[in-house]
Amino acid sequence: MAFISSGYNPEKPMENRITDIGPKKYDQFYPPVIAKNKGKWLYHEILEPGVLVHVAEGGDEVYTVRVGGCRLMTTTHIREICEIAEKHCDGHLRFTTRNNIEFMVDDKSKVDALKKDLETRKFPGGSFKFPIGGTGAGITNIVHTQGWIHCHTPATDASGTVKATMDEVFKDFQDMRLPAPLRISMACCLNMCGAVHCSDIAILGYHRKPPMLDHEYLDKICEIPLAISSCPTGAIKPAKVEWKGETVKSVAVNNERCMFCGNCYTMCPSMPLSDQIGDGIVLMAGGKVSNRISQPKFSKVVVAFLPNEMPRWPSMTKTINQMIEAYSKDARKYERLGEWAERIGWERFFDKCELEFTHHLIDDFRDPAYYTWRQSTQFKF
Amino acid sequence: MKHETPLLNQLESGPWPSFVSDLKQQAEVRAKNEENIEFQIPVDAVEDLLGVLELSYVDGTTHWKHGGIVGVFGYGGGVIGRYCDQPQNFPGVAHFHTMRVAQPGGKYYTAEYLRDLCDLWDLRGSGITNMHGSTGDIIFIGTTTPQLEEVFYELTHKFNQDLGGSGSNLRTPADCIGSSRCEYACYDTQALCYDLTQEYQDELHRPAFPYKFKFKFDGCPNGCVASIARSDLSFIGTWKDEIRIDQEAVQAYIGGEMPPNAGAHSGRDWGAFDIQKEVIALCPSDCMKYEGGKLEINNKECVRCMHCINVMPRALRIGNDRGCSILAGAKAPILDGAQMGSLLIPFIKVEEPYDEIKEVIENVWDWWMEEGKNRERLGELIKRQGLQKLLEVTGVTPDARHVQEPRSNPYIFWKEEEVEGGWDRDIDEYRKHHQR
Repeated sequence: MAFISSGYNPEKPMENRITDIGPKKYDQFYPPVIAKNKGKWLYHEILEPGVLVHVAEGGDEVYTVRVGGCRLMTTTHIREICEIAEKHCDGHLRFTTRNNIEFMVDDKSKVDALKKDLETRKFPGGSFKFPIGGTGAGITNIVHTQGWIHCHTPATDASGTVKATMDEVFKDFQDMRLPAPLRISMACCLNMCGAVHCSDIAILGYHRKPPMLDHEYLDKICEIPLAISSCPTGAIKPAKVEWKGETVKSVAVNNERCMFCGNCYTMCPSMPLSDQIGDGIVLMAGGKVSNRISQPKFSKVVVAFLPNEMPRWPSMTKTINQMIEAYSKDARKYERLGEWAERIGWERFFDKCELEFTHHLIDDFRDPAYYTWRQSTQFKF
Repeated sequence: MKHETPLLNQLESGPWPSFVSDLKQQAEVRAKNEENIEFQIPVDAVEDLLGVLELSYVDGTTHWKHGGIVGVFGYGGGVIGRYCDQPQNFPGVAHFHTMRVAQPGGKYYTAEYLRDLCDLWDLRGSGITNMHGSTGDIIFIGTTTPQLEEVFYELTHKFNQDLGGSGSNLRTPADCIGSSRCEYACYDTQALCYDLTQEYQDELHRPAFPYKFKFKFDGCPNGCVASIARSDLSFIGTWKDEIRIDQEAVQAYIGGEMPPNAGAHSGRDWGAFDIQKEVIALCPSDCMKYEGGKLEINNKECVRCMHCINVMPRALRIGNDRGCSILAGAKAPILDGAQMGSLLIPFIKVEEPYDEIKEVIENVWDWWMEEGKNRERLGELIKRQGLQKLLEVTGVTPDARHVQEPRSNPYIFWKEEEVEGGWDRDIDEYRKHHQR
């Protein structure tokens, strides 16, 4: 493994240095039919799950075949995507915000061959490489974070929980039988890199044990005042600790005030909190971001804790399925999961989804908690 | 394979694409190395990554260390240091840093360009990516410190391509597909996103903020990039005039010639389309009626929720007087609970060179950089100092659109200059009429 230099000279880092040029400009990647009709689209239609047509004012059409993507993908897989794009789409493709891949062709006659090609490609283990779907009143790809594959704060895995869930709801990826779109999102800790807090169903990794204190290193590695100020509940204070016969500067944690957000660990690596038993999954439901009919909503916690059950998280997928089936059976056309829950009332939501309501689901975090308690005699038995 | 992975192997079955199968195929490609690539990081990095992930599946916790300050010269963002906490067992991933590569607007690509990225990352990294990260960047996962400058040099010199943002920076702005392929787009999301990204490269690469800052651009109130939930400044397309109606097409929907909601509900028999039930009755502001075979909209009362347009895209179209609304302060729960974006600018034209928009942004930043505490997101500062303060620093005239409802407590913080005669009064004068 000989080192290959690209031309960068560490002796003179500023020589010929190019910086701050930004991303590639978007329009150099547009397929010709997109470049020609930008801003002139008249309407669109979903012809079947995963297949869209957009029609322009002048009559031009673009057919899009949408397939699920893993988000985590290797160059071998990307090269295969490129090969498909070159074979069918003159070398053009795009990704959606939910990590689907879209192959676009400018003529209906090209759709069948493209679909057939995509459907026949499978991994040796049996899974599809490019399943077609993810449109309309169904379930599209799950946006998610890194999890155990590459992150230092997760309480669960991301790619694994998503694979397990998408296998379980796969029929709804390839169907449009639901009352409205149902968006599932996944974040492996409270930081929520993916901001899953406004999803129809959110899978959230969560720690349940206060941080451990690595007294020997804490003062050497961390800025103690930063660790203290990072705590949103004020549970951390400075402390002098006896450590192997020496007095060291460290911190003390008031465990009862800890709500396990992990912000102290983000500021101070000597306060790790991950744990095999403590860590697991929170399920949230009823959020949305669109302004359609009702206003955007936050997801609500509906299951306070499920254990990490590797590799397929069966309790989690079972609970998600219960919610989807109850919603599918009971909601009205166009009604999002959260709109349905509000119409029937949350007490009824827990009945219909066969979920247990526990004390953990009553908000006790600061002022906003008050606005979630019931100040009325209007409720259902 | 170098490591047994019985738990991960169970994720190879089932219909959804298996990331485990993909990683295994990558491990094989590297081991065989038919292209004779002089790999610049360990050839077995992917096998070791599978090994360390299997270990996490066994013991239910991560094996990545916290932190590690690495980067490219002159930038404070774009690279995230990552080290394995079991380097003796998995030397191939002992150093395994992430590089964020700024993605193009709308995430359109050519195969040629993606292959160039693959060539670069096969040579100098693990060949593993995220397409895409949550903020939108192309993510290269896994390389060693000596490769960072080399990757950056090749990206900039060969591909005319920059790194994205990380840390207390402006994060790589992200947009929806916009007018490039969507009839609902009220402005060119890609053009605005690109212009602001270029304008604020310094803020993107050199940390000067209290914490992260995100721009996201939605072309319409449907919100496909979820800007209202996850960006400090959210730009959502909208319009001020009338929804355009094609009455013939309305009849075609009623007659069943066109599928409602662009065919999105075709997986179930919901019965014949009923305009009264599915459109008129669901309008949140009750501003529509269908009488005498004609659809009428009282546009003054319309709140532009998009429902009727979504249901009948061939009959109803967005208005012509278009622009965007700007909302401020959305974020995920850390630290002080989740926040949705709050309306700051009800309507602003989106026209090059976007000076009006840039003025809003810079006023917000000036305030936040002056007043924001370490790791305080804009939304938390707005909560701490108040929406009134945000309106004041941005010079926005308050109106009823800024609130769901007026305040129900009368604890109003009047300023001295707002009260006639000021606050200084003469106690002796007062005592002349009021005994002690």
